[in-house]
Amino acid sequence: MTTLQAVFDKARAEDRAALVGYLPAGFPTKDGAIAAATAMVEAGCDVIEIGLPYSDPLMDGPTIQDAVHRSLTNGTRIADVLRTVEGVAKSGAATLVMTYWNPIGRYGAERFARDLASAGGVGTITPDLTPEEAEPWLAASKGAGIDTVFLVAPSSPEERIGKVVACCTGFVYAASLMGVTGARETVNAAAEGLVKRTKSLTSLPVCVGLGVGNGDQAAEIAAYADGVIVGSAFIRRLLDAPDEKSGIAAVRDLASDLARGVRR
Amino acid sequence: MTPKEGTLITPADLAGSGAQRNDPDIYGKFGRFGGRYVPEALIPALDEVAAEYEKAKNDLGFVREFEHLLRTYAGRPTTLTEVPRFAEHAGGARILLKREDLTHTGAHKINNVLGQALLTKRLGKRRVIAETGAGQHGVATATAAALMGLECVIYMGAVDCERQALNVARMKLLGATVVPVTNGSQTLKDAINEAFRDWVANVDHTHYLFGTVAGPHPFPEIVRDFARIIGVEARRQVLELTGRMPDAVCAAVGGGSNAMGIFHAFVDDANVRLYGYEAGGRGADTGEHALTLTQGSEGVLHGARTFVLQDEEGQTLESHSISAGLDYPGVGPEHAWLKDIGRATYEGVTDKEAMEAFALLARTEGIIPAIESSHALAGALRLGRELGPDAVILVNLSGRGDKDMGTAMKYFNL
Ligand SMILES: Cc1ncc(COP(=O)(O)O)c(C=O)c1O
Repeated sequence: MTTLQAVFDKARAEDRAALVGYLPAGFPTKDGAIAAATAMVEAGCDVIEIGLPYSDPLMDGPTIQDAVHRSLTNGTRIADVLRTVEGVAKSGAATLVMTYWNPIGRYGAERFARDLASAGGVGTITPDLTPEEAEPWLAASKGAGIDTVFLVAPSSPEERIGKVVACCTGFVYAASLMGVTGARETVNAAAEGLVKRTKSLTSLPVCVGLGVGNGDQAAEIAAYADGVIVGSAFIRRLLDAPDEKSGIAAVRDLASDLARGVRR
Repeated sequence: MTPKEGTLITPADLAGSGAQRNDPDIYGKFGRFGGRYVPEALIPALDEVAAEYEKAKNDLGFVREFEHLLRTYAGRPTTLTEVPRFAEHAGGARILLKREDLTHTGAHKINNVLGQALLTKRLGKRRVIAETGAGQHGVATATAAALMGLECVIYMGAVDCERQALNVARMKLLGATVVPVTNGSQTLKDAINEAFRDWVANVDHTHYLFGTVAGPHPFPEIVRDFARIIGVEARRQVLELTGRMPDAVCAAVGGGSNAMGIFHAFVDDANVRLYGYEAGGRGADTGEHALTLTQGSEGVLHGARTFVLQDEEGQTLESHSISAGLDYPGVGPEHAWLKDIGRATYEGVTDKEAMEAFALLARTEGIIPAIESSHALAGALRLGRELGPDAVILVNLSGRGDKDMGTAMKYFNL
């Protein structure tokens, strides 16, 4: 099992940013998700976030909504999410679960933390869990030895960033823009300032996500952040492909492009 | 200067009676319910709304402007109507209707909307967005936006757009843009998701004019406070008419705003029973209902800890109701708390019972109620038979039924 600490140590030693890829479990199919994520790792992703599909993805744009809807229609359950983590962790990437809070709350915080750790998962990203509500999850995660990643946003004042980073282990997720997930033409200028402000308050690595879709954008972010997070652009490749096999090939190409980007 | 009864701030509030207000704690919690489960990007905006509201509610200028609008624009105070011919079907108990259907735009939603529209101006924002189910909150928001010169976008599930077509036309006429939401169940819950997505991206110039006592803190508190005038007036009117307190107060519960609006002034009156009626849809055992408090379980939906219709892995279940305004798998956290501490009782009313009460009120009293409100009427019929002829029952007639004529025509083959 590769830890987040090991990933960022290695990236730093190679003088580059880490590459983080996102895919929801169960999309395009249950096995297809494992195959696609494995291809992403082979092509250069250091960290994989497996999305836990949720019925009300309030922070996600149309691309991820579409993928998540398909995944739920495919009958994806938490057991499938854990199985996906297990499959992907074998590829050597540090594997996290990204999820809205309610599925964990309902499954049971301690049980989820334990089951995720057993599956080889190294942590979670919880986009709608605020520091004020985080205590039960922090305790459960600590107990199971997994990391807890939370988000800061361009709108976050210093005092909020301080509260958020105090909950984080592994890395801090800096949302590059005010908006939902989805690839954009350009990287928001606010991202660099946010990374600076965050880094002044923590020694944890800071990764930038939301709106990143190609190697040039990855290179731009890699100049000031410790990691680059890409999700919707991978999903777009799978959605647009005529079949799963060519979709996975397209995902592999994109991962290679991004991996070159973080090394420029 | 002491504001008079009926303002946001009652003399009891000024005297520092926190118990009377039942305000949430600093985290927005009513007991263990409420709080904030939202993307960090929205926290500053929620803080800003909360801080501005704190200032506004203690600013007599704001309170007076709100009251002025309620009186001269919304048509307050609304009257209290006793309905003896209807009450014959309720075991002879006295039934009194609080006539929110007589407000401008035809539902209680206007109270909250006028308050939040004033707040929007204080916040210096020029655009409002809102979700709507029955279309009543959308119409009220579009109305206030027209009145105050605000840009207005309304998110509405595509299924609801169809069953409440009249209200879609009203919103458009009022100058609002109506966006049909085609993802998920295409009803209120999906409209809320879409409105939140808009808000995250446009929060610098946009206020999310939330339509019910659900959602993240401070919405449950703000919406309740702007709606509590209903109960404040009704409490005085019932006393004047009957010389005593009602035995029970009945209201329909979707998200819970009309119910909190009428309940709040009675929460400290221990002898007044509070009854909320949820949509039982096709029946509690069919799985096609919106029985959030009576059949749901604790969870998080739309930014608050509350009761939710969800499966064992926390996926939200689709709700069903003949009334679009009650077709919601969540509920406001203050109701979850009132249920938890045993202060209020929540029961289901099926589509069929609601439609029977709808027709009965029309035929016996010449009042066509909203189908949402008809759930409270059906509840009152049941309760009257239980409590007997000496009972006085106050019902929140939250809206009028014009918008529901399409549904009624189909249901009754009119
Ligand atoms: C007339 C009327 N009553 C009740 C409701 C339900 O909302 P709430 O439970 O917030 O009062 C609606 C919602 O659209 C409505 O239009």
